[in-house]
Amino acid sequence: MTAIRPFGLVRGLVIVGALAAFPFVFNEHWLVNIGVFTLMYAALATAWNMFAGYSGYISLGHVAFFGIGAYTVANTFSVSSPLRGSAYSFTSHAFMSIGSGYRPFYVLPLVGLAVALLSVPIGWVALRTRAITFAIVTLTLLFVFQNLAFNLRGVTNGSSGLSVPTPNFPVETYERPFYFAMLGVLVLGLLLSWHIGRNKLGLMLFAIREDEEKARGLGVRTTGVKLVTFALSAGLTAMAGGVWAYYLTYIYPQFAVDPLVMIGSVVPVFLGGRGTLWGPVLGALILVPAQQYMAYRLGASELYLVGYAAVFVVILLVLPRGILPSLGDAYERWRYRGARVTVQPEEVPAA
Amino acid sequence: MTAAAALLESDALTKRFGGVTAVEECSLAVQSGSITALIGPNGSGKTTLFNLLTGYDFADSGAVRFDGRAVRRPNPIALYRAGLTRTFQQARIFPQLSLIENMTVAVHQPWRAIVYPAVRRADRERAHELLEEFGLARLVEERAGRLSYGQKKLLEFATVLMSKPRLVLLDEPTAGVNPVMVEKIEERIRALHARGLTLLVVEHNMPLVMGLCDRVIVLDHGRKIADGPPAEVQHDPAVLDAYLGT
Repeated sequence: MTAIRPFGLVRGLVIVGALAAFPFVFNEHWLVNIGVFTLMYAALATAWNMFAGYSGYISLGHVAFFGIGAYTVANTFSVSSPLRGSAYSFTSHAFMSIGSGYRPFYVLPLVGLAVALLSVPIGWVALRTRAITFAIVTLTLLFVFQNLAFNLRGVTNGSSGLSVPTPNFPVETYERPFYFAMLGVLVLGLLLSWHIGRNKLGLMLFAIREDEEKARGLGVRTTGVKLVTFALSAGLTAMAGGVWAYYLTYIYPQFAVDPLVMIGSVVPVFLGGRGTLWGPVLGALILVPAQQYMAYRLGASELYLVGYAAVFVVILLVLPRGILPSLGDAYERWRYRGARVTVQPEEVPAA
Repeated sequence: MTAAAALLESDALTKRFGGVTAVEECSLAVQSGSITALIGPNGSGKTTLFNLLTGYDFADSGAVRFDGRAVRRPNPIALYRAGLTRTFQQARIFPQLSLIENMTVAVHQPWRAIVYPAVRRADRERAHELLEEFGLARLVEERAGRLSYGQKKLLEFATVLMSKPRLVLLDEPTAGVNPVMVEKIEERIRALHARGLTLLVVEHNMPLVMGLCDRVIVLDHGRKIADGPPAEVQHDPAVLDAYLGT
């Protein structure tokens, strides 16, 4: 689980390299557009997995941070921001212009950091509960923030939505900057996940996932450990939300804090494998194009949602632990085929 | 109750679950450097008392002192850091983690430890040393879930020693363990005691208790009914009555 495999780095570079090459190989707009959303869900799933997959705490409220990130970016660059003209406004047009078009991307790390800090008190309250209660509490968080987005018109402009200026990127490669921004968020998430997975923070999270009470008995500062990870995960989620808002150039409450986005960032983790590094990415690479295809074929009737739900049911029936752990099990069975599982017999005292 | 040398003391601890009084007015002292046994029939409140002493449950009234200091709101994390730790009746280990990971979870971790590698060299060495002593060194990379029950008990015992505690509370260390393993556990307890560790042991194996412990505390229906050297307690009519009577 925490061992460093020699070809891990090579594998990582190959996968990220292949993802980076994608928009150059396939430059049709609709394909790169699917690519942007695939990477967005891969990043969201990775961020979610970093907390929920490692600690076992199923958060259903992460999309609230996605929305906060989206509204932060939108408010910073929007000329129609309702905050404009308030005491907080420094310029007559927007807080900040998008410059040559890349400035929102540079602001993202700050957005991530700010939302990570903001998530600490929220997480502190939510993390006083466990297991299914935690899932319900965080789900409540989702609807609270969606309602806030509708009703805090002074910040979000309510249901009229908020627009972000459209950058004048070259038309033929318009999606590329967004694609690479999403890839950047994903790579950051992967690096953090990898790092957490092999250091003490990860070890303590795994211990919490297995037996939190026992971990407490061994001196693990459970609340602190969970909170740090929750904040990192929330920050990353917000960064993906920031890119998303800029990409769409127009955001509405029902899409910025959307249960479907929440489901879309959880299901890939279940499909690929909870608590694994590449599982969420693999899950997103399979599910998002499939979802887009289903939306295209069955979209008019919204039957695609039923199809999507069916996929989830099938995963839970056939691969309850996800693809990567199941493959690992199969590999182990193949390696030890014929041989009886070798758990050493009781040890006789040496002395 | 000679307060001066007592490492852990409780004063009139009481815990009620609804109408049931699990622990009633229980005062005891564990002398520094001793092996104290806590015995009693099933349901006499031993594990509840353990939970009260280690912060897994909160007493309705009474007080706990560790190392001469009052523990106002016992909390397992803080107590672990102060040098008091425990094992559980059912051998609680982390089954998906390897033995070495199980061991290193238990190291004292300052805040900055969250950026340390999972298993540091010093931790690994100490874990190896302990696993060697417990006869588990060969299984160091094995997943803990694959161990036998007895081995899990040994592993749990070994993990709580990672932080070099001063007092270990063992909840039925030999329950459900084969005789060879019982000997092994007894040998470990003696060796650790010889190095100055204080132990409080809940145990049903009477020959073991009588041979091992300096002092025996007997609970019945949540009340302390006897407290003294093994030879004395063995012949206490109240104790015989609790075990053999109704």
